[in-house]
This record gives sequence, C-alpha cells and structure tokens, in this order.
Amino acid sequence: MDSILSVVTFLPLLGAAVLLVFLRGDGEFEQRNAKLVALLATSLTFIVSISIYTKFDPANAGFQMVEEYKWIAGLNYKVGVDGISILFVLLTTFLMPIVILACWGVSHRVKEYMVMFLVLETMMIAVFTALDLVLFYVVFEAGLIPMFLIVGIWGGKDRVYAAFKFFLYTLLGSVLMLIAMLVMWYDAGTTDIPTLMHHQFASDNFTLLGITVVGGLQTLLFLAFFASFAVKMPMWPVHTWLPDAHVQAPTAGSVVLAAILLKMGGYGFLRFSLPMFPVGAEVMSTFVMTISVIAIIYTSLVALMQEDMKKLIAYSSVAHMGFVTMGIFALNKQGLDGAIYQMISHGFISGALFLGVGVIYDRMHTRDIDAYGGLVMRMPAYALIFMFFTMANVGLPGTSGFVGEFLTLTAAFKANTWIAFGATTGVILSACYALWLYRRVVFGDLIKESLKTITDMTAREKMMMAPLVFFTLLLGIYPALVLDLIGPSVDALLENFDAATAGMAHAASAIAPATH
Amino acid sequence: MISNDLNTVLPELLLAIYAMGALMFAVYTGKDRVASMLIWITALVMFALGGWIAAQPAGAHMAFGGAFVDDGFSRFAKVLMLWASGLVLLLSQDYLTRNDMLKFEFPILISLAVVGMMMMVSAGDLMSLYMGLELQSLALYVIASFRRDSLRSTEAGLKYFVLGALSSGMLLYGASFIYGTTGTTKFAGITSVIATDGMGLGLLFGMVFMTVGMAFKISAAPFHMWTPDVYEGSPTPVTAFFASAPKMAAAGLIARVMHDAFGQATADWGQIIAMLSMLSMFLGAVAAIGQTNIKRMMAYSSIGHMGFALMGLASGTQEGVQAMLIYMAIYVVMNLGVFAFILNMEKDGRAVTDIRSLGMYSKTSPGRAMALAILMFSLAGIPPLVGFFGKLFVLQAAINAGYSWLAIGGVIASVIGAFYYLRIIYYMYFGSETDALDAKMPGLHYIVLAASAAIMVFGAINLFGLEGFAAAAAEALLK
Repeated sequence: MDSILSVVTFLPLLGAAVLLVFLRGDGEFEQRNAKLVALLATSLTFIVSISIYTKFDPANAGFQMVEEYKWIAGLNYKVGVDGISILFVLLTTFLMPIVILACWGVSHRVKEYMVMFLVLETMMIAVFTALDLVLFYVVFEAGLIPMFLIVGIWGGKDRVYAAFKFFLYTLLGSVLMLIAMLVMWYDAGTTDIPTLMHHQFASDNFTLLGITVVGGLQTLLFLAFFASFAVKMPMWPVHTWLPDAHVQAPTAGSVVLAAILLKMGGYGFLRFSLPMFPVGAEVMSTFVMTISVIAIIYTSLVALMQEDMKKLIAYSSVAHMGFVTMGIFALNKQGLDGAIYQMISHGFISGALFLGVGVIYDRMHTRDIDAYGGLVMRMPAYALIFMFFTMANVGLPGTSGFVGEFLTLTAAFKANTWIAFGATTGVILSACYALWLYRRVVFGDLIKESLKTITDMTAREKMMMAPLVFFTLLLGIYPALVLDLIGPSVDALLENFDAATAGMAHAASAIAPATH
Repeated sequence: MISNDLNTVLPELLLAIYAMGALMFAVYTGKDRVASMLIWITALVMFALGGWIAAQPAGAHMAFGGAFVDDGFSRFAKVLMLWASGLVLLLSQDYLTRNDMLKFEFPILISLAVVGMMMMVSAGDLMSLYMGLELQSLALYVIASFRRDSLRSTEAGLKYFVLGALSSGMLLYGASFIYGTTGTTKFAGITSVIATDGMGLGLLFGMVFMTVGMAFKISAAPFHMWTPDVYEGSPTPVTAFFASAPKMAAAGLIARVMHDAFGQATADWGQIIAMLSMLSMFLGAVAAIGQTNIKRMMAYSSIGHMGFALMGLASGTQEGVQAMLIYMAIYVVMNLGVFAFILNMEKDGRAVTDIRSLGMYSKTSPGRAMALAILMFSLAGIPPLVGFFGKLFVLQAAINAGYSWLAIGGVIASVIGAFYYLRIIYYMYFGSETDALDAKMPGLHYIVLAASAAIMVFGAINLFGLEGFAAAAAEALLK
C-alpha cells in the first residue's frame, strides 16, 4: 500500500516528538535549534508532499493513494486525496515553512511554540485527507488544542478572552456535527466517506416539534454540519470569534488561521454537505447564499471602520469566505470551481497580508492604522509587496483573487441575479477598505517621529513573501493549473448531486398528488 | 456444593480474610508503625488479586443459589476496582505520612470497602446487594472522617453517613416493595415475574426507590448534594479513592440491577436513567464553573462524568453497557492521574486546593503542567485524547437506542463543561505568576501522572484493547 499520505501527515508530528524528547533548555542556542528543527520538518514535509502532486492522476475523479487500516470500534484509519482535497493538502504543506519562518523573531517558549505548529500541521493535513467520518472529526477537533494554546500563550493583550471564545465557539458548532455523524453511522452502518457519499439518506418530509422539516433527515443532518462549518468558515452571523482570535493571535497563528483553518469549513461543505445531503443542500441553498451576501456586504462595511489592521484583514477574510459559500451553494460548476479557487487564492493572499502586518508590527509593536503613514519613504520593498497583495485582495485581474471572485460571481449570477448584484457591491466595498488601508499606512507624509528610523524588509521577510507573490501571480495568469486538477472531481460531485436532487424532486412530485 | 460456592467467592473471601488478618497483625504488633508496610502489602494483594481475576477463563459461575454471580461483567469491574484501589493506596502513603495521618486502619478499611464493592458488582440477589453496599458504605463513612481532628473531615464523614443512611433506607424500601410484589429477592426470580406479569405498580415503585438509592451512591443529580462537601472535606487520598473504585462499583451495581433484575423492562427504567444522566451532565457542567477549590471542582466533574456513563446505561443495550464500562475505565484512569497531581499541591508544607495557586505552573514545572493539561483536555472530551472516545461510545449507544435528545443534551453539556477544564489550563499556561507550589513530587506520583497522560495520548491508537474486554463484559451481563 502506498503510504505517502501518512508520511506527509505524520512527518510534522515526528518533528514535534523530536523537539519534545531531545531538546532541553531554553537558551539562545536551543531556541535557534528548535526553529531549525521545525523548519526542517515542515520543509521536508513540503518536499515529500510534492510527490503527492506528481503521483496524482487528475483524470481520475475518485480517491487516490488510499490507505486503510483497522482502528477501534469498527472504525478505520482511512486516508486518500481527490481533486478537491489535494490542493488543500499542498496549500498546508506549502504554507507551513513560511509560517515557521514568520516566527523567527519569537523568543518566548520557542520549543513549545514550534511543537504546537508541528502538531497543528499534522492535524490540518489529516483533516483534508481523512476518509473516515470519525477520523475526520477527531483531527478536525484536535486542531483546536494547539490553536487554543497558540492564541492563549503567545497572543496579545486580550488573548485569554480570544482563546476561550475561539475554543468554545468552534467546539459548540462541532459537537452538533458529531451527533449528526453518529446518526449517519447508525443510518448507513459505516463511517467510510466514499461509501457515504453515495448513500441516500432519507429525505422525506417529517414533522418535528410541530414544524414540518422539508427534506427530512437530510436537512437536519445538513444543519448539524452547517453549524460546525459555518462557525469554522466563519459565516455571518457566527463570525465574531474570528476578529478577536486574529487580533490576539501572534502573526504566525493568524496566518495559519486565515490561510488554512478557515478553509476547513469550505472543504467540509464540499466533502460532506453537498455530496451526502444533496436534498438538504438544495433546500437550504437560497438561505445560505443570502447570508453569504449579507456577510459580504456587512463585513466589508465593518472592515471600513476598523482602526486595527489585523481586524480589518480579518473582516475582509469573512467577506471573502462569503464569496466561497456563495459559490458553493450556487450549486453549479463555476460556483464550485470558483469557491475552491477562491479558498486557495485566499490562502496565499490573506496569509501574505497577515505576514505583512506582522512585518511592521515587529518593528513598531502596534497595529493601529493611525500609528503609521508614509511607510513608502523608508520601506519601498515593503510598499511594493503590500501593494501587490492589497490589489490581489481586491481581486485585480492578473492575480489569483480575480479568478475566484469572477467565477463565484458568474455562478451566483446564474443562480440568482439579486444575489450576484449584492455580492458585486461587496467587490466595490472591498476595493474601498483595502485601498484606504493602503493609503493610510503606506502613503502620505512620513510625519511620525517613531517611523523615521524604520527599516525595510530583511532578507528573511522577503524570502517568506517571494513564494507567495509567485503563486498569486501564477494562479492569476494561469488558472488552468488548479482548474484542471479539480475539474473531474467537481464534475463527479455535481453529477451525483444533480442525479440525487433530480431523482428526489421527481419522487417528491410523484408522491405529492397521492398525499393530497 | 459448598466448596463450589466457596471457590466462586474465593477472591472476596481471600481479601476479607486478609483484612481481618492484617487487623490482628497490626493490633498485636507495632500498630501505626507497621502502617506503611501494611499499605504496601495491601496494595500488592490487590494487584495480585486483580491479576488473578483478570486471568480467569471466561464463563459465569453462580454461588449460594444465585445470590452471588461471578461473570465476565463482574470480573471486569473487579479488576478495575482492585487495581485502582491498590494504586490509590500507594499514592496516599506519602500524603498520609506528611500530614501525620498514617494509621494502620486506613489500608484495612479500604480493603473492606473493596470487598463490599466486589460483592456489589457480583450481586444476584437483593440481600447480597444490600450486604455489599453497606459493607462498602460503612467503610467509606469512616475513611471520609479519617482526619479526626479536622472539623471539615468530620463534617464530611457525618454528612456522608446521614445522607448515605437515608439513601440506604430508600433502597431498602424499594427492595421491600419488590419482594412484596414478586415474593423473591433473587434477580432471576424478579425477571421471570416481570416476564410473565409485566411491571406492576408495586414493582415500578420498588424499582424507582431502588434507583434513587443507587443514584445517590453514584452521585447522579439530583441526588448528588453530598458529593462536593465530602470531596472537599475528606483527606485528599480519600477523595482520590472516592473518585475511582466506588464510582465503578456503583455504576456496576446499577447496570447489574437494571439488566439482571429489570432486563425485561428496559423502557421503564431507561427513561429514569436518561433523566438522571441529563441532569447530572448539566449540573456537573454548570455548577463546576464557579468553583475555585480543585477538589470541589473534581466533585462536580465526577457528577458530570457519571451522567455520561449513565447515558450508556440508559440506552438499555449491550452496546450501551459496553460503552459505560469503557467510559468508567477511562474515567478512573484520568482521575487517578489528576489526583496524583492534586495530592502534591502544596505550599510551605500546607496543602492548597485553590486552583488560582496554579498560576503559570507551566513555568516552574513544565512536565507536570503538560501532563495535567493533557488530562484536562481529556476530561473535557477533546479528541484525539482518550476521554473523547469514552464520550463517543456512550453517544453512539444513546443514538442507536433512539435517545438522540439525550445525546444532544450531553454534547452541549460537554461544551459548557469544557470551560472549567480549560480554566485550569488557563491558570497554568496563560495566567499571571503566583507563589509557586513548592512540593516536590515523589517518583511514584510523577509516574502515575505521566502514565495517565501518556495513556490518554497513545490510547487513541487502539485504546489498549479495552474495547474488547468491555465487549466481553457487556455480553456476559446481557447474555
């Protein structure tokens, strides 16, 4: 059996074990070693993960490189990748070395910090490769522990509040998903995700507490999963943990949060909600698209008013995730392609933006927008890179941000003109807040005394940014790179979805006259 | 015939004889001077007996006309109780010495309590049930007030005794109803009456009263009120003991009575147990939030955990009993680890129980802090730690048996409960520095703490085969 996925998943954990067992002391030398070990482990993981890409056969819509071992209670340790998940795995392994580089300035409990990130990486990769329901839940939740500690130990002033809010919010969302999973396990008799994707859960209407549930069990299951993924995404109105967590998290934590952890929600919709509960998804699609548009407009407006750079970018993340959910629940090819594209691209762009904030935060120790101005005078390289990612965030053609937004907007237009209209307004608003942020921080006169001695980006910081710039441009110019990879899997997903919903609709209309 | 009976109860018999013998030995030799040695010997006897029981071949034996049942279920519970009690004894020695309470009665009382517990889980008759229960309870009342010169400890013992007597009364009252209705005290007889005549009003009353009495012993809400005070007032080693073996015994007893005597009326008791479970989970989660005393917090935590264990039982299936046993085993292991830590919370030679004294504990003792943090995450039921799998099994059993509302309530309670476990981690890792706890941890305690944490982490791989043992035990109970 090909064990490449397990190797990639557990390499970071191995690195963490090495750090825990062999590294003693907290001197300068040990701190440096800890960072080097972590960098080595993550880089090695990335290099190994490239072979997942080379081995992957894009024409095959099924799961590849599948590994299966017996676990407990009839569960299996089963992993594999398809066109949808492979990109997220690669995104994770690609970003982690950059994240480790971003913590180079940390000098407080470095060993534990590195261990946390390595454990987190294992959990994140496993989320995207898991092909067993309970295995997915385990790793999905397990990621909370390191993130809770990262925010809580290495975060800012109000870190405790942010850490608890993050943890309890996401936990509450997830436990309902656990119940739904157990119901699925009972109903289908298996926890195997590929089998469940073709299992038809009951979708006959029934009455619960006096309310008629359209779509029956499927809708209830959908809602339980929705509770988890909507919080994780995060979608309006359950997004409030995100700005807090982002502001308080250390730079590297913010990058992981924005670039990878948020994608778990979108990935969950694609892996579970759509294929397993097609009727439920169909029933709820208008609702989800509506709150997505509200999210896009509302959080963009909120972003306009922020005084804190990280908070602004956090709200912009929520808005961009709104495009993702809108695309997914437009339930057509462009929508799904666009949503995946948007998630990957947002991974690069938001990661880079948080890194960008981190660069000046490390120098000035403040994130207040008012504390800056005229940075272009002393930091030309920084101004250029930040400009590039601001534009990518707005969705300038030629950057990866454009492709995702364009595709999801097309999809929304096909599904519902008004939704598309609302979302397009959000695009304009995103230009407003992003450019205004840029103007206030980078342009203007350099009048603040404290900024007169600020230095431009170091080689390490440029090194972190370079690959992100490269991929943002590459994906902007050549989208086929991603779209060809995800194409067959998305087609297969949609085909099943259409078959299921068409069949159900037909059955429903056949039953309807009989019951009346 | 009688030799067969004696063979079946041999482990209990040996432990009882050992307890008497040890009592005589200690009284006629050095009294408290031999206490330390006695603790070691008692612990070894318990480990050996546990090992012996574990090595017994599968199969059920009856003794004394069915009053005593030795089957896979009782053996599972006995092994767990014996090993947990032995470990608690070893852990308590150091604490007792430091606090000048090392008396030779302690190991003897614990052995007698364990005999009672073994009797409880093996009961096949209302008489033997009550005998076991009282033997256990009387020993526990005494050790609760083991620190005679402390007001708190005496109060704890008295409170436990008064409320315990009340619950025993209720249980007896219920038992008399059952005897009156069915004309038999044997579980097998009760079952056959129910099978032919169904649950009459008298039986129903009897069952409810017995459930109340047993709910008190397992400290399920709303019969929990003694737990926090007794946990807080008792000397810490005694609290550690309360939180481990007696809980398993009470859970085993409820499962035994419900399935052996009322196995035909699952729907009748299922809803009662489900309600107890729901109330316990929520009470355990909500009431612990305000606690700053770690022993009180662990008391509420145990109430919540008993709620989860009862969820498994409520489902009334073999799967449910298996889930309950797995849950209890995991719970006992976690608790032993946590109490190995609590026993050493000391500052300037005085025991502290305030959780705020853990401020930035991770700075002063990173190893211990990490182990405790793992245990806290596990108690909260966060995957991939083993505590999660315990919850997974009971939730699965509840859902498969149609108790979805109970499962939903349970997970919501577990999120609320996660808060106070996280708070311990908050003090240890994010808090502000306080005067550090200064006790050095004896090697044994450190090993237990670390091993317990390691089990929580590595158990995720295959639960160390626990699932198979629990399945065999559950199968034996439902045969």
